[in-house]
Amino acid sequence: MTRYVAGRIGQAVLVLWAAFTLSFIILQAMPGDAVLIKFLNPEFGLSADQIREIRQAYAIDSGVLVQYAHTFANFLQGDFGYSMQAGVPVSVQLATNLPPTLRLAALGFGAAVVLAVFIAFLSSIAPFAWLRNLVQSLPSLFISVPVFWLAIMLIQIFSFRLKLVSVINPGPWESLILPVATLSVPIAAPLAQILIRNIDEIRTRPFVGVARAKGAGELHLLWRHVARNALLPTLTIAGVLFGELLAGAVVTETVFGLNGIGGLTEKAVSNQDLSVLQAVVVISAAAFVTINLAVDLAYPFLDPRLRTRNGA
Amino acid sequence: MSTFGKPVLDVRDLHVSYSQGDSRTTVVHGVSFSVQPGEVVALVGESGSGKTSTAQAVIGLLPANGRLESGSIRLNGEDISRWSAKRLRNIRGAVVSLIPQDPGNSLNPVLTVGAQVREILELHGRIDRRDADRRVIELLAHVGLTDPELRVRQYPHELSGGMKQRVLIAIAIALRPALIIADEPTSALDVTVQRRILDLIDDLRREYGTAVLFVTHDLGVAADRSDRIIVLQGGRIQEQGETAAVLAAPESAYTRKLLSDVPSLIIAQPRPAVEASRAPAVVVRNLVQDFDLPGGRTYRAVDDVSFTVARGTTHAIVGESGSGKTTTIRAIAGFQKPTSGQTLIDDFDVGSLKSGSLRQFRRKVQLVYQNPWGSLDPRQTVRAIVEEPLLNFEPIGRAAREAQVTAIIERVGLPAGILSRLPHALSGGQRQRVAIARALVLEPEIVVLDEAVSALDVTVQAQILALLAQLQRDLGLTYVFVSHDLAVVRQIADTVSVLQNGRQVDHGPVEQVFNAPSSAYTRELIAAIPGRKLPRATALSTGSIS
Repeated sequence: MTRYVAGRIGQAVLVLWAAFTLSFIILQAMPGDAVLIKFLNPEFGLSADQIREIRQAYAIDSGVLVQYAHTFANFLQGDFGYSMQAGVPVSVQLATNLPPTLRLAALGFGAAVVLAVFIAFLSSIAPFAWLRNLVQSLPSLFISVPVFWLAIMLIQIFSFRLKLVSVINPGPWESLILPVATLSVPIAAPLAQILIRNIDEIRTRPFVGVARAKGAGELHLLWRHVARNALLPTLTIAGVLFGELLAGAVVTETVFGLNGIGGLTEKAVSNQDLSVLQAVVVISAAAFVTINLAVDLAYPFLDPRLRTRNGA
Repeated sequence: MSTFGKPVLDVRDLHVSYSQGDSRTTVVHGVSFSVQPGEVVALVGESGSGKTSTAQAVIGLLPANGRLESGSIRLNGEDISRWSAKRLRNIRGAVVSLIPQDPGNSLNPVLTVGAQVREILELHGRIDRRDADRRVIELLAHVGLTDPELRVRQYPHELSGGMKQRVLIAIAIALRPALIIADEPTSALDVTVQRRILDLIDDLRREYGTAVLFVTHDLGVAADRSDRIIVLQGGRIQEQGETAAVLAAPESAYTRKLLSDVPSLIIAQPRPAVEASRAPAVVVRNLVQDFDLPGGRTYRAVDDVSFTVARGTTHAIVGESGSGKTTTIRAIAGFQKPTSGQTLIDDFDVGSLKSGSLRQFRRKVQLVYQNPWGSLDPRQTVRAIVEEPLLNFEPIGRAAREAQVTAIIERVGLPAGILSRLPHALSGGQRQRVAIARALVLEPEIVVLDEAVSALDVTVQAQILALLAQLQRDLGLTYVFVSHDLAVVRQIADTVSVLQNGRQVDHGPVEQVFNAPSSAYTRELIAAIPGRKLPRATALSTGSIS
């Protein structure tokens, strides 16, 4: 077991390093120069000599390998460098922008899981065939809805028409309701689809027939025998969907005008603020890797068959 | 019949149908029978006979597309055929219970054994957790599981197939039902385990006075274990009556055919002894195969196995699951290099061949697998399937290929029209003929048959065995025949190796191994074969076969 855990953690670290290196190469290869974009601006009125000094201070003209080693060492110590545009350390920007995004992502994901489980169970035990079919078609509908359109429609309906949720100076939790709803829909859809398919598949297994022969009712079967077996493969997909969640958060934050990693990324891209971009890529990769590592490590607890195999 | 009391189960004019797309197919046509208290009634038939559908209808567990069309099912006098699902729940498990077919998949993999036995107690009435736990341990001990206190905490994957079936039997008897439906309860188990499980069901039935509706394809099992027998074919009852009477003097032609096709240990004409002058086709010398296990340990799957197969004869490798049968034939086919020892085919050491010569070698040795459903590509026509091996070797003209394919299809007894069909349109026997044709199209010298007739119904099995014997005579083929079924081996093999846990415990001519087995294991295997009560065996042993 310990060997398995050590192996998975090692893999995770390797993925993180690869993400850092790849993003470094790509960002370096990008045409343009953030220093020139900012300081050639006549507003600053800097002389050529002064610009040269700034360039030296940022070690921009030294070799790529030196820069790589320099940045890598700094990242290991949690120093993500300075934002060229804002002139503050990237870590300060992350400290203000990361918590709201994490809150949004966690709530969105939680809501997505609840929604997906609800749809999947309903599609399996709803009383009428037409109702089951209707519920089963929901995920396809959800997938085909663009996130930005959904966000705008939610604002239109719930804020402007029904006036249920205020968008002007909302409370800290009120401001999250619509973004969380927007974010959860595209995550819930594939989760529900996979869950429905797994439930259908598990229900045909002989052990479900045996449980039925014991006198178990449909709800008991679904809850005690089908659900846990159907959730196991869904967990892997949930880990992968986390990437979707980060992408969705960017759009959602933009539409709802929320502070967060989304807004930060958007500004950094338009200004070619390399330090910020590099930090965002590495942080996202770290989050992604951690979630998937957690999923892998959770498996043996949920599936007894994996416990002994790895314990050998 | 009138001498009996009220029947536990009385089925009248049962019709069951299945929907497929827009159409409905009736699979059970007016089946009527009854089961008296404490009686064992065997429902016997081949695949598609409607025996399983009949049993599923009785316990209300037809698949979603199945429907009870008409007829009555009286359980202890009450017609349950129109009961609601909710009402049926009260009797399932309590009055009528099930021993399922496939113990490997019939327990929930993520729940402990204890939880799954306790469940049936909890579903039928309030029971204190401590009382329930005590009762579970009692039940597990009662079905002969060792160490029941440990078993309750174990998960299904930690138990063997036989142990799992014992757990499922414990569940079935937990509430002392009036009727147990046993749906092929031992067909997935090894023959020695099968005997122990059948003995257990017998003992418990006698102890509790429970009636058993025993669904089986195995006439031998039905003959040994049932009081009465019902023979089904195509969803209709061919005949029913006292087991001994039906088997001694079957009235229907179908029952007679079934009986004559059951492979038996006693055969009318023993195969002639192999002449010593025949050259060896396959020589296996001190074969050892180890597999690495996690943690640096190794598992010895095959431990010092040696035998010689003379050209044009059949050598059978017999053993139960985990005995090393499959590993041995993989070494013969060149799929893996042995840890030590040699496999010689035509004086070439298979293990030392490099990839190019290994490919040419494969022409000489072809394989036929157990499952004719899994071994044929569902998207290729029969022609493409049989032609494919030819395309893998030196090119021959299209016309020559076509001629070879047509010839081989004719040789395995299939009509030429079948060439353009897809596998799903073929019956199990036809598919296995296609698989044999695919193996033979390269004109191999040696054919390795891995449980090649085990998945087939007895009448089809008898046809395929006859075909294999015919092909051997015509083409001089050498067979290596892997099987768990000693009766089939007796029919087809000249020499035999018996494997147990990777070791060769018996080896020699079939007559010698069967009449005077040298190992206790072989004696146990032979004794475990069901069908001792089949009338043909007694008729033969007294020498009065017609």
